[in-house]
Amino acid sequence: MATKVYVNKEVNVNDEGFLTDPSQWSVDIAREIAKEEGILLTPKHLEVINYIRERVLKGETISMRSINKSGIVNVKELYELFPNTPLKLACKIAGVSKPASCV
Amino acid sequence: MEKEEFPLKKVCIICSKGTIESIYPALILANGALMEGIQAKLFFTFFGLDAVTKKFIKKIHTPVVGNPSLRLPGNIPFPTLLGILPGMEALATSMMKSQMEKLDIPTIPEFMEYIVAGGGEIFACKLAMDMFGLKKEDLIDDVKDILTVGEFYALCGGQGTQILFI
Repeated sequence: MATKVYVNKEVNVNDEGFLTDPSQWSVDIAREIAKEEGILLTPKHLEVINYIRERVLKGETISMRSINKSGIVNVKELYELFPNTPLKLACKIAGVSKPASCV
Repeated sequence: MEKEEFPLKKVCIICSKGTIESIYPALILANGALMEGIQAKLFFTFFGLDAVTKKFIKKIHTPVVGNPSLRLPGNIPFPTLLGILPGMEALATSMMKSQMEKLDIPTIPEFMEYIVAGGGEIFACKLAMDMFGLKKEDLIDDVKDILTVGEFYALCGGQGTQILFI
């Protein structure tokens, strides 16, 4: 399995750069992944990320709709925070696996 | 010789039917494209216009007559003769909708909102609107414009563009 070093810590990643073990994640690592993607993390980004982690670690599938219903951001704001591939990008920064959702 | 690959950059989706099983695939494909950073343009024509008509957007049904793939829970066949009974279409539609709700699939109005939010564009067919006597004010606000076929094709250019007809 591939590994990557973020803030002096080695983490396991898949070939697309998604962390394969969410427990290795930290906010500092999130900042580094975001930076690679050209994003400067704001408190709003973190709110979304924490929401995603909470849901995914409970074993739920995350979707655009669940984030839209979370009350944190609507879909338009999600596209603004995480451009182009919002759900995938947010999950990547959140240190969880690539979302297996079509919606 | 190595083949050069061109990634998909834009999908232009034509939705021509007004049933759940035509409108949802069109919306899911458009929204799914936007979620992957692929541009999406939707063109609603003929009965597909119901999906963008204020009066009908919340009344989209699944047909229960002449639909051999329709089955009752437990894979029990659903004969067309049953489908002609009053309320059958509403029942099948509500079962379909509750299943989609369980899977967190957005409703049609929600999808329209997501598609516009993601930078997608929704158009209505001019000729079909004339046929059905529809005016711009009859359409939902998410519709960007009313276009002729030629005007829609003009938006479908560029390498890495695909047109899907549903």
